Amino acid sequence: MPLYLIASIAGQGVVFDADQVDSVVDIGEVVAVPRAERSVRGLTALRSRVVTVVDTRLALGLDPMPSHVRRAVISKQDGHYYAMLVDALEDIEMFETSPMPHVPPSQGRWSRAANGMVVRDGEPLLVLDLTRLVPQATPQAA
Amino acid sequence: MREWNGALPRGFMDDLLPEFIAETRETLEALSGEIVAWEANPADRARLDAIFRFVHTVKGSCGFLDLPRLARLSHAAEDALAAVRDGQRVPDTALVDAVLAIVDRIGAIVEAIDAGTPEDDSDDDALIAAVSRRAEVVVAPPVREAPTLRAAPRSIRLNVDLLDRMMSGMSDMVLARNELARRLRDDVLDPRVEAALDRLSLTVADMRDTVTRTRMQKVEGLFAALPRLVRDTAAELGKAVTLKIDGSDVDLDREMIELMRDPLVHIIRNAIDHGIESPAARRSAGKPPTGQIHVTARQSGNQILIEVEDDGAGIDVARVAAKAVATDVRTAAEVAVMTPAEKLKLVFEPGLSSRDSVSTLSGRGVGMDVVRANIEHVGGRVALDNRPGKGLVITIQVPLTLSIMSTIVVAVGDQRFAIARQAIEEIVQIRGDQVRIDPVGDIRIATVRGRRLPMLPLGPFLGVAESEPANLVIVSTRDGDYALGVDDVLDTEEVVVKPAAPAIMASGLYAGQTLPDSGLPMLLLDGAGLAQAAGLRFHRETIADTAEVVEEATNPALLFEDLDGVRRTMPLAVIDRVEKVASTAVHRSGGRVRLVVGEATMPLHHVDHHAFDAALTGSEIEVIRLTDGEAECAYAMAGALEIIQLPAEIAASAGGTVLGVTVWQGQAIEILDPLALFQDMDGDGRAGTPLCLLEGAGAAWMDRFLRPVLEAHGYRCAVRAGDDEAPAVRLLMEEDTVASDRPGAPVVRLRRDREGPSASDSIYRYDRPALIAALAGHVRRGGR
Repeated sequence: MPLYLIASIAGQGVVFDADQVDSVVDIGEVVAVPRAERSVRGLTALRSRVVTVVDTRLALGLDPMPSHVRRAVISKQDGHYYAMLVDALEDIEMFETSPMPHVPPSQGRWSRAANGMVVRDGEPLLVLDLTRLVPQATPQAA
Repeated sequence: MREWNGALPRGFMDDLLPEFIAETRETLEALSGEIVAWEANPADRARLDAIFRFVHTVKGSCGFLDLPRLARLSHAAEDALAAVRDGQRVPDTALVDAVLAIVDRIGAIVEAIDAGTPEDDSDDDALIAAVSRRAEVVVAPPVREAPTLRAAPRSIRLNVDLLDRMMSGMSDMVLARNELARRLRDDVLDPRVEAALDRLSLTVADMRDTVTRTRMQKVEGLFAALPRLVRDTAAELGKAVTLKIDGSDVDLDREMIELMRDPLVHIIRNAIDHGIESPAARRSAGKPPTGQIHVTARQSGNQILIEVEDDGAGIDVARVAAKAVATDVRTAAEVAVMTPAEKLKLVFEPGLSSRDSVSTLSGRGVGMDVVRANIEHVGGRVALDNRPGKGLVITIQVPLTLSIMSTIVVAVGDQRFAIARQAIEEIVQIRGDQVRIDPVGDIRIATVRGRRLPMLPLGPFLGVAESEPANLVIVSTRDGDYALGVDDVLDTEEVVVKPAAPAIMASGLYAGQTLPDSGLPMLLLDGAGLAQAAGLRFHRETIADTAEVVEEATNPALLFEDLDGVRRTMPLAVIDRVEKVASTAVHRSGGRVRLVVGEATMPLHHVDHHAFDAALTGSEIEVIRLTDGEAECAYAMAGALEIIQLPAEIAASAGGTVLGVTVWQGQAIEILDPLALFQDMDGDGRAGTPLCLLEGAGAAWMDRFLRPVLEAHGYRCAVRAGDDEAPAVRLLMEEDTVASDRPGAPVVRLRRDREGPSASDSIYRYDRPALIAALAGHVRRGGR
């Protein structure tokens, strides 16, 4: 049974595959990156490394996170470190995954990163794929 | 014989073969210089031995590794070289060429084995026959100097990946130390901890230097192939070229060396192909028949400068410009308004590499545009110093390493950004006389010391600050320069730059990210990317359009008080100097006033006779001396006031010596017309000044070249004598026969050569003082 990290984003209970998670931190000061992809909140230093901070709510197409949110899941993708902001972090548990019952095509915001679901104490939690929260390299209009 | 079929020998050979390939490759590189040096001095036993050792080693290894082709080739070369060693053969050009061909083929086969591709062996026999053949004289230009190669230092082979990991681990270590130091300094520091921290800092810094050096290689590795390249290229083109190399021991990042290889080869080929003239052309240009190429490497701070200097013809700027027009790179109108420097820069345009592209030499179609792109890609710059007729110096400037970069940190709002230092031309403060900023529609243009640049205010552009920028950073890009407006310029900083996340790089504004000592991440701005994203255009037309405006806007003139007490102004462009002269230097003859300056005299103009006479009662008067480059005249005045800018609009005047009227501080000011003053000289007292008759075959030349000089010295010139007036002096070229119809006038003869017969009364035609003296002598003796 795979290991999952339980978190919540915008009131939704989510889990991340522990293999995708490098560490869990409270990030320090964030330096803005003007004119970059919207979900890039900025850069921060973490153990002498520069980490790109991602507003996961924006990455999911929701309203931006409040600026006081500091808790983040660090994930390394393609040689770059990302800090995925989350509203809260809970625990690490093993779960059996099950596919999503159905995907509503009109409201596909969550499903762009969803990778099935797990059930914890009878409560369904969304499995989020961190690789799909990584901001994409879409050229910005000048 | 067995052909290499791409399959590697089996068994333990698998381990030996790569070793053999690497070793052969390395030796080959070092060897090419040796061979050329040996050719230049066949008696050099040490060189011969080095080459002999190489082929001998290859031969030995080949037998072992079952590579019969290599064995056969190296065997043939070894035999020939052994004969030379024994004194049975003379190392003539044919032999050297043949040995070189075999060494080349060995290199090609080794590369083919490494790549696992079969190599055609059809003409191996021809090569072997060539090296076995006895002396056949083929004339090739001699190439003399070559770098002396030192014995290889003790070394081990290391994987580059390993070095890279070491380097990035080192960078992390530096950053970790910085963070530690920062954290510790937040609290009151125990001196013992501080001492330990300092020691750590020292060790880390030392370590960083060492690790950086592991990535370094002597630039010698880059230069070793040049003697051979020069020799072959020169031979192919029938030119004689000497190569001189300095600074081979300068260190440069391995990767940088690889990146520099192609550009350098191209530059050298270009220098020989287009720069150095043929021996005959060089002789007639008064140069030694053998051309010189001087390659120098030197370190300057954390930059390496590689200079390639040749003493060839330089770049024909006019031809480059013409070609730009012919190939539709620029329109004729655009080229017409370009400065020579701008025209020179056209050689960096795609498809404009002077001639080439199809010749075997520049066969790869690599132009200067690619050279420049390659060098700028690694954060370097290329500069040209063109001396037409005398040669060209190309300077390549690259950073010492790829990973550590020297930057300048700027601030907008509360955010900081780094900009690579090589991209920055200069930094100027906006408040100050040198800088003016004009809004032009939605954009702004900065004028820095007369140079107009598109301006990009960084804060508003990035949306981080709306403040008015206080400083301009002049950023240089491939397409042109622009002024980046920032709030503050903070510091220079050496930073370890790493690529930022793809989503950040995709914005096109940033070249990477870094973690400076402040502990806050910082973005490195991409100067060219910013310009592109902001839509700055460096199109030549816009510059041409604005050029007129510049001229109108900055048309400086001297405001002075004239002798009659009226303020007048004179365009600064024609003023040579303003000076006080003794009143005794003013002479009058025939109603004209002349000023004697040294040996020469010039017309002295003035506004009003009475005021002028009054001024001359003093011991000195002040004059403005004017020159149009050839003739001189002077204008008497009371005193200079200041330099003012003449506006674009000038009310036209009635003529005479007044060009027009301008308004300055509410006063109408007359602008004197310098042209009228010079023109006035032309008809300078028809009756009073002596007439020079320009005669014979050289009359047209004299009319063009001597007339201005003569007129400036108070003579009139005519190519045809009028009936009513006898000339004071007649000027003829030496070879002309004297027409006898004017016996009265003395004759001054001019010769073409500087050195003339001593007894001759002729004067070298460019010897202005002698000519003037001779004329004055005749006139004094009463030629008229």
